[in-house]
Amino acid sequence: MLDRSFTFMGRARDHRRAAISPDGQRIRLVCAGDDTSVRRILHLAVSALRRMGIAPQACGNAEIVLAEVLNNVVEHAYADHGRGVIEIEIERRRDVLDVHVRDDGRPMPRGEIPLGRPHDLDVPPHALPEGGFGWLLVRELTETLEYHRSANRNELHFCLALTATNRIN
Amino acid sequence: MDLTSKDFGALRVITVGDARIDAAVAIRFKDMMRGLTEGGPKRVVLDLAAVGFLDSSGLGAVVAAMKQLGPDRSLELAGLTPMVEKVFRLTRMDTVFTIHPDVAAATGRLADAG
Repeated sequence: MLDRSFTFMGRARDHRRAAISPDGQRIRLVCAGDDTSVRRILHLAVSALRRMGIAPQACGNAEIVLAEVLNNVVEHAYADHGRGVIEIEIERRRDVLDVHVRDDGRPMPRGEIPLGRPHDLDVPPHALPEGGFGWLLVRELTETLEYHRSANRNELHFCLALTATNRIN
Repeated sequence: MDLTSKDFGALRVITVGDARIDAAVAIRFKDMMRGLTEGGPKRVVLDLAAVGFLDSSGLGAVVAAMKQLGPDRSLELAGLTPMVEKVFRLTRMDTVFTIHPDVAAATGRLADAG
């Protein structure tokens, strides 16, 4: 049974399922801010996107971007808290998925999304980077990416292309 | 984390049995790789054919596994599934590793002697 009220308030029972709106165009998920919950919520999100008829490649891109965004919340925004709640809203609009991710953790450094520039890989193996790939992946796979901080809340808003004409296949 | 090691002469193949290498298992993966590669053959091939998803933490752990082998040994990859291949390509890390289509291509004739 679909969630008739489709309210955007967090509830404990929401941790176990994805609420798809009655019109089948929106998904809402609530995730606890830890690695294991992120893994489960990614599975729920991708299952819901498939049920909405989103093509496998777009589902794959959504899973990569959501994984990086949610991992970032767990590792940075909620680093001091130990735990927190993350809200995810995904809306299908014509040829994009419009995604909002909200948390109540620490703000982004300097109030900005990290640049995620490609690393210099022309270095000896021992000097190769072991991190800093996440925002690079997010920037490469999103069409738009915005960050907004209000009161104690972070909101990340991004769009993912649904069509195969996406600049990155 | 499910990792299996098998030697083919001078080459060690480590097969990942898990479907995901992500933030939840990245540190364990790196630690297990250290245990499975210590004192082994110079060439190590990581078989990722069963892995459908790898995030940036997983990618970092694969790079770390390569670095902990030291300068005289190599970590090569085999069997990248489409989403794993995409993560390597988008981060340009596909230019850092030798990548084989599958384990058979990596072991070549060594498999007969194995």
